[in-house]
Amino acid sequence: MSETGRHEDVPEKNLPGERDTAHGGAVETADNPFADPGLPPHEHRIQDIDERAAKRSERAVAFLFTLSMLATVGFIAAYVIFPVDEITYIWPFGHVSALNFWLGLTLGVALFCIGAGAVHWARTLMSDEEVADDRHPIEAAPEVKAKVMEDFRAGAKESAIGRRKLVRNTMFGALALVPLSGVVLLRDLGPLPEKKLRTTGWKKGIRLVNQSTNLPLRPEDIAVGSLTFAKPEGLEEDDHEFNQKIAKDALMLVRIQPQNIKDKQELDWSHEGIVAYSKICTHVGCPISLYEQQTHHVLCPCHQSTFDLADGGRVIFGPAGHALPQLHITVKDGFLEAVSDFAEPVGPSFWERG
Amino acid sequence: MKKLSARRRHPLAALVVLLFALAVTGGLYAAFAPADKAQADDTAQSLAIKEGKKLFAVGCASCHGTGGQGTSDGPSLVGVGAAAVDFQVGTGRMPAQQPGAQVPRKKNIYSQAEIDQLAAYVASLGAGPSVPGKEQYSKDGADIAKGGELFRTNCAQCHNFTGKGGALTNGKFAPTLEGVDPKHIYEAMETGPQNMPSFGDGSLSPQNKKDIVSYLGAVNSDDTPSPGGLGLGGLGPVSEGLFGWIAGLGALIAVAIWVAARTTKAKKS
Amino acid sequence: MSNETSATTTRRGQAPRGERIADWADGRLGIYSLAKSNMRKIFPDHWSFMLGEICLYSFIIIILTGVYLTLFFHPSMAEVTYHGSYVPMHGIRMTQAFESTLDISFDVRGGLLIRQIHHWAALVFLGAMMVHMMRVFFTGAFRKPREVNWLFGFLLLVLGMFTGFTGYSLPDDLLSGTGVRFIEGVILAMPLVGSYLQMFIFGGEFPGHDIIPRFFTVHVLLLPGIMLGLLVAHLILVFYHKHTQFPGAGKTNKNVVGMPLLPVYMAKAGGFFFLVFGVISVIAAVASINPVWAIGPYRPDQVSTGAQPDWYMGFAEGLVRVMPGWEWDIWGHTINFGVLIPILIFPLVLVAIAVYPFVESWVTGDKREHHILDRPRNAPTRTGFGVAWLTAYLIMLIGGGNDLWATHFHLSLNALTWFVRIGFFVGPVVAFIVTKRICLGLQRRDRDKVLHGRESGIIKRLPHGEFIEVHEPLNQEQLHTLTQHDQPKPFEIGPEVDENGVERKVKRTTKLRAKLSKGYYGEDNVIPKPTPEEYKEITSGHGHH
Repeated sequence: MSETGRHEDVPEKNLPGERDTAHGGAVETADNPFADPGLPPHEHRIQDIDERAAKRSERAVAFLFTLSMLATVGFIAAYVIFPVDEITYIWPFGHVSALNFWLGLTLGVALFCIGAGAVHWARTLMSDEEVADDRHPIEAAPEVKAKVMEDFRAGAKESAIGRRKLVRNTMFGALALVPLSGVVLLRDLGPLPEKKLRTTGWKKGIRLVNQSTNLPLRPEDIAVGSLTFAKPEGLEEDDHEFNQKIAKDALMLVRIQPQNIKDKQELDWSHEGIVAYSKICTHVGCPISLYEQQTHHVLCPCHQSTFDLADGGRVIFGPAGHALPQLHITVKDGFLEAVSDFAEPVGPSFWERG
Repeated sequence: MKKLSARRRHPLAALVVLLFALAVTGGLYAAFAPADKAQADDTAQSLAIKEGKKLFAVGCASCHGTGGQGTSDGPSLVGVGAAAVDFQVGTGRMPAQQPGAQVPRKKNIYSQAEIDQLAAYVASLGAGPSVPGKEQYSKDGADIAKGGELFRTNCAQCHNFTGKGGALTNGKFAPTLEGVDPKHIYEAMETGPQNMPSFGDGSLSPQNKKDIVSYLGAVNSDDTPSPGGLGLGGLGPVSEGLFGWIAGLGALIAVAIWVAARTTKAKKS
Repeated sequence: MSNETSATTTRRGQAPRGERIADWADGRLGIYSLAKSNMRKIFPDHWSFMLGEICLYSFIIIILTGVYLTLFFHPSMAEVTYHGSYVPMHGIRMTQAFESTLDISFDVRGGLLIRQIHHWAALVFLGAMMVHMMRVFFTGAFRKPREVNWLFGFLLLVLGMFTGFTGYSLPDDLLSGTGVRFIEGVILAMPLVGSYLQMFIFGGEFPGHDIIPRFFTVHVLLLPGIMLGLLVAHLILVFYHKHTQFPGAGKTNKNVVGMPLLPVYMAKAGGFFFLVFGVISVIAAVASINPVWAIGPYRPDQVSTGAQPDWYMGFAEGLVRVMPGWEWDIWGHTINFGVLIPILIFPLVLVAIAVYPFVESWVTGDKREHHILDRPRNAPTRTGFGVAWLTAYLIMLIGGGNDLWATHFHLSLNALTWFVRIGFFVGPVVAFIVTKRICLGLQRRDRDKVLHGRESGIIKRLPHGEFIEVHEPLNQEQLHTLTQHDQPKPFEIGPEVDENGVERKVKRTTKLRAKLSKGYYGEDNVIPKPTPEEYKEITSGHGHH
């Protein structure tokens, strides 16, 4: 085959040359059975030779365009007829919004039929004769390149950028510095981190309030095997900063038989087996709370980090890098309250966490 | 004091002590026993317990022990309460078919009367949550929106936004809540079956539970509207992505094949 | 037509109105020269050449519907109490972003439809870009002169992913808010600057009141603007390079065979836009997407199981999910590898496919222009690499939805995670080897077909009782198609000692290149295609069966 031949004109001597011109057209080489026979002769479609078939195609195309018009009318009708809140049962889609269904369907049909009509027109009535178009190399001819290089050199010389180095260097300096203004302007996007990531709303004497009932929690509210979510007393849902606060303060409370608690500090920080852990996953901060009361494992629904609440909130599976922070709690006047803030930052780790 | 000790050997002393003890026991019982309306049909109750015990011996004792004290194959049922029995047997989870990561819901094989008898028997082993009354989980007086918020705080992490279920560790899972009797949902919250934590009245008030049950009734039933069309399982982006690829791109590629295909040529005669 | 025109011209002494307008425009814009080279531009017909059009049209659909949505959407995190038409949300506190999304869905007539078209089109857009990229990859269409266009396309895919992600976050629902929280965790994990970046991007502590408006600007202005520019450049290059074509009779590296833009492709491509729009509209009519009312507004202390991003981020999600929890504390500083490593692997895997054209041309030393597409079997190493890449991608996609796969196939979540962890490394290797073997097998079959003809399925009994299957010889067109491809020899370093006995220094990269080149073109990696001599010998030797 021809590819194995010409090596001279390519940069890599082991590579085949440009495709042989024998392939370039319908040149039949008698001794090459694999040669390109050239474009096959054009064959006619039924529509090309039978005017009745062409008429049928014409009608089909017109029918599709007409259907599209009708569908658009249907769209407007649906918009007017169906109230926005009407729910109807349409098999097999279920109880759907009548308006959404009919608007979408009519719009879809209206658009689809325009497309189908146009394509059917192109496929059956427009010429389907294949033609070949020549390609031209993307690379410029050597003389063009030479002219460009010459022009460029002339331009560069006339600007004297190579000779007057002081001009060039200061220009680069100015151009390099000017974007700094833009960077500086970004400073007020937000505050500095300071201690914000290290502190939460919990501190000594703050009562634990049940998120569901909004009542301060008593130890007897929390049974073994139960799960309760708590927030600090004084944090209300309609506070302006509620979301920022609850993003760090959210707490989950479970009760484990004290003899089942393996971690000494966990036991010390609990009250009769009631342990309070941060609800915020230490991986990337999802509210982790898939608590399995028999295994005392808690799973994160986002990335499946699993923590053992009977063992200091230790990570036992998944991508989280450190244990869940525990809140030291006690009982005063019959109500659960915090002894201090969390001993470590809650939520995902960060460079300064330490 | 001296008088009393002097007469302690009186022939009638034993009788007096006996009477006194009886009175105290009776009084204490009257004071502490659950003031049950069952007082009247006391016999019916004990009959139910008796029947329940028989059913228990046949269906449950092999794993939970003859007295419900538990064995290596099944936990103790002392103190789980009637609600737990009504839930576990009523949803077909008990009797369990085979050991595994979790006992799944299946077709219930007991009649409600039999379940009540079993529940009465197990409740007699130790006090626990009783079966909730209809008014506790009916829609009347429930706040659906509040229920939704409570559901998202307490339940959605395992059961998904609208209760379609989800995965837990090592093959365990939180089941779908679709088609589950509101009573059973209420009981599950009270008793915490298997690995589900319980939500006693201290963590979710009865009104909270009622709100949650009503919310589920509104968003996860056969008549729940899905205004946008097919719900795709309510599972979020994974099923949407699959649908987008298969139905969306699939249809578009099919159309593209039609657009680019050669029109049939006339047969040469 | 031209006769008519000249007739009119002479009659009224003036050209028809359309022509006059065209003349006017030409005098200012030079449209005639533009039309001369483009109006009858030839495009080859193949369904896989329309995948890029699906991308283009879904992008246009997204822009059209997106503009409509901005008319009703309030990108604000100001908190309000809901009192709209969706009853199960009454009295719930939410941001205006979420409230206006509910209003679009329940109060604006047709709003839900447009929202669903927008979102479905986005999923289709990203999917079509993936498939389009795979078509270009497996057929070698990225080779010179199209490498730059490959990069443009790649950038469009990456930007499309982030535009999609920011859009998915805008309704501020519980699902997308969880995704934004994930982004916060990723930003925090950046060494040195993480907590500063987090504060700057969110305007304070998470979630703050700024992130939705900021995402809005990025989603509707910044990213689509860049994408529009890249898209135009991509299309200009497609026109400039002219389309590639599959090998076949009459198709050479120096021509392009097909049908003209006017009228056939004007109708087909123009019609295809309406077809794509129609299909997506019907999908939006029948299938719900992102029903935010069922999901609820975002609160940082709430979450749902099955928290996933849209599919195109599933690959990154999978990486994050299966990563072991490594974290270092060094000198009071924390490095969270559990987040950092996946977030580095994610772009690396993407970049691996982006730079592939340059790697291949370096290894093979091929500097020629290619306009005839490769049949994937004829480039076994490239095909193997592509399938390996796809395997890694798909395995991670499974990892990204591992909780749902676990529940729906009754598997253990933990076992599935381990499967993905191992599969990510083993799967691509196995896929590479298997694909390459399949390609070589197909090459052998092609060789067989050329030399011995096509199996006709007709069984013939010879006079002496032997049964044979009749093989039909291929026609010349088929022979040409099966033998037209190149089979270059691998790059060789040559003797390390020259004729004078002086040792030649060979750079390490050169050695690597030789090794890789052998992997592409070496003896074990290619089945020699039949030569005309072989063919003649066989066909003249014992005739046709």
